[in-house]
Amino acid sequence: MDRRKFIYLLSGTACLGIAGKVGFELTAKGEIINSAEKGLGNKRWAMAIDLFRLKKKNTYFACIEACHNAHNVPEILNKKHEIKWIWRENFKHAFIEQEHKNLPQKITSLPVLLLCNHCNRPPCVNVCPTKATWRRSDGIVMMDWHRCIGCRYCIAACPYGSRSFNFIEPKPHIHNITEDFPARTRGVVEKCTFCAEYIVKGEYIKQPDCVAASKGAIVFGNLNDKNSEVYKLLTTKFSIRRKPELSTEPEVYYIIEDEEV
Amino acid sequence: MLEKAFQGSRTYWTWIIFLLLLIVIGVYFYLKQFSTGLGITGLSRDVSWGFYIAQFTFLVGVAASAVMVVLPYYLHNYKAFGKITILGEFLAIGSVIMCMLFIFVDMGQPLRIANVFLHPTLNSPMFWDSVSLLGYLILNVIISIVTLDAEKKGIKPPSWIKPIIVISIPWAISIHTVTAFLYSGLAARPFWMSAIMAPRFLATAFAAGPALLIILCLFLKKISKFDVGKEPIQNLAIIVTYAMLLNVFFILLELFTALYSGIHHHAEHFQFMYFGLDGNYTLVPWMWISTFLAILAIIFLLIPSLRKSDKTLLWGCIFVFSSIWIDKGLAMVVTGFIPNPLGYVTPYWPTMPEIMISIGVFAVGILVITGLYKIALTVRGELKSM
Repeated sequence: MDRRKFIYLLSGTACLGIAGKVGFELTAKGEIINSAEKGLGNKRWAMAIDLFRLKKKNTYFACIEACHNAHNVPEILNKKHEIKWIWRENFKHAFIEQEHKNLPQKITSLPVLLLCNHCNRPPCVNVCPTKATWRRSDGIVMMDWHRCIGCRYCIAACPYGSRSFNFIEPKPHIHNITEDFPARTRGVVEKCTFCAEYIVKGEYIKQPDCVAASKGAIVFGNLNDKNSEVYKLLTTKFSIRRKPELSTEPEVYYIIEDEEV
Repeated sequence: MLEKAFQGSRTYWTWIIFLLLLIVIGVYFYLKQFSTGLGITGLSRDVSWGFYIAQFTFLVGVAASAVMVVLPYYLHNYKAFGKITILGEFLAIGSVIMCMLFIFVDMGQPLRIANVFLHPTLNSPMFWDSVSLLGYLILNVIISIVTLDAEKKGIKPPSWIKPIIVISIPWAISIHTVTAFLYSGLAARPFWMSAIMAPRFLATAFAAGPALLIILCLFLKKISKFDVGKEPIQNLAIIVTYAMLLNVFFILLELFTALYSGIHHHAEHFQFMYFGLDGNYTLVPWMWISTFLAILAIIFLLIPSLRKSDKTLLWGCIFVFSSIWIDKGLAMVVTGFIPNPLGYVTPYWPTMPEIMISIGVFAVGILVITGLYKIALTVRGELKSM
C-alpha cells in the first residue's frame, strides 16, 4: 500500500466513523429517553380547574405563591422581564376566541388561572432546536435548563404565552430559596413542569403545589384511569380548553359550571 | 490572494479603521449584554424576538440573492454577468456571516450554541436553518476562491466546481425558504402563518439583494476603474423591477386574505402596523414610509428612461432597499408578537445597546465584504488609486 492509498483509507475510515456516530446520535436518543421513562406507563397527567369553585375559595394567590415559592420563580416587577409559571388572567384574555359581549357577567368576571397546558401535540417541543424541551411518555412537557440555548423559539411557538425567558439574572429576585429545587440562570426559558419532581416510580408522591393550595378547586390526576377524580369530573361537567382549534390538545381543562345551578 | 486585502491606500485604511472602531463599540456593548442578560435590549416576555432576528431574516435574503447573478451566468451562460458574479458571491459570504452573528447575539446562552449540532433535532426548522446557512457559506467560499484563483492564473476553473455551483443555486433558494418556515409553521402567530411567506421572502430578497449589488457596482465605478458595464446593471435592474412588483403583489395578497376574510386575529396585526392598536403606534410612520418608498421605487423602475439612467436607477435601488428593509428588518418580526396570543399589546423598540451591537455586527459584515471586494478588484488589476 502506498502512502496516498493509506491516507485515503484513513480518511475514509474516519468519515465512516463520524457518520456512524452521527447516525447513532440521531436514532438512538429516543430509545435512551424511552428506557429512562419506562414505568411512566400508560398515563396521561391532566388538570381540571373549576373556575366557579376557584372564585368561591379565592385561592388564586395561594396557588401562585405555593408554586412560585416551591420552584424558585423570581418575583420581577418589570412586566417585560416577568417570570410566571402560573398566573391570574381575565376571562376575556384567557379565552380570547370564546368571549362575546352577551356572555353572563358572572362568567366573564371569572378570573382564570393560566399555566402550561402540557399539550399532547406541543408546538414548543416541535420547534426546540436542541431537545431542551420534550414531551414525556406520561404527557408532561419537560425542560432541561442546562441544555436550553435561550433562542426563545418555543416562546414564539407557544399559543398560550406559557413560557418565560430569564432576561435578567433571576437569583436576586428569589425571596426564599427552596434548596431541593434548581434555580435557573439568566438566558434560559422556563415554565410549569406539572411538578414532575414529585413523581416517584411513575406516581405522584404528593399533589402538585397549586392543586394542594387550591382547596379543591383544582383537580389533578391520570386521565387514562377511569377511576381517577379528574376523569370523573371531566366526563360529568362542562369544560373547555384554550384555543382547541389549534389542535395542540391541551391537558388543562376549565370547568365552567356553577354548582348552585 | 488574501494578502491583497492588506494593501491599500489611505482612504481604504481609514475606512477599515472606521469599521474596526464600530466593531469595538459593538463588542463593548455585547460584553455588557453577555454579563447582564438580554434584559439590556427592548425585548420582553411578549415580544421575545426583535431587531436582531429581523436583521438576520433580512440578511438571509441578501445572501440568497447572489443566485440572481449566479444562475444566469452559469446555467444560461449569460456572459454579461461574468464580472459581477464574484461580487454577488462575496456579498453572499458577508451576509451569511452577519446572519450567523445576529443569531449568536440573540442567544440567551451563547456558549451553549453547539447544542444545536450536538443534539440535532430534525423536527426544528432552526436546526435546518443552521445547516442550510452553514452549507451556503461553505459553498460560496469554495466557489469564489476556486473561480477567482482560476481567473488570476488565467486558466479555466476546474471542471469539478461546476456541479458545486449548480448545487449552490437551489441551496440559495433553500436558505430563504427554510428561514420563512421558521415563521410560517407557527399556529400561535397568525400574522406569520401564511403559505406566501416563503415566496414573499424570496421576492423581497431578489429585489433588495440585486438592488444593493447595483448600488455597490455604481459605487465601485465611481471610486475605481472597475466598471461592470451598462448591460449587466440594466439586466439586474429588470430583475429588481420584477421582484419588487412581485413583492408588492404578494403584500396585497396578504392584505386581501387577512382583511376580506375579516378574521379578527389576522387583521389586527395589519391594523397594528398601519394604523396602530390600543394606543401603540410605533410602526405606523415607518410602514407608511415603506409604502411610499415602494411606490416611488416602482415609478423609478418602471419608467424606462428613469431606469436606464444610472443616476435615477441608483435612487430607485435605494428606495427598493429601504422600503424592504423597513418591512422585513423592522416590522415583520415584531408584528408577529403584537398583539400577543392573549390579546395584549406590548410595545417594542430596540434600545441603544441593542442598536450598537447590531451596528457592530453590520460592521463585521461590511469589513468582510470590503476585504473580499478589494481582493477581487486587485486580482483583476482594475484599481485606479485605492
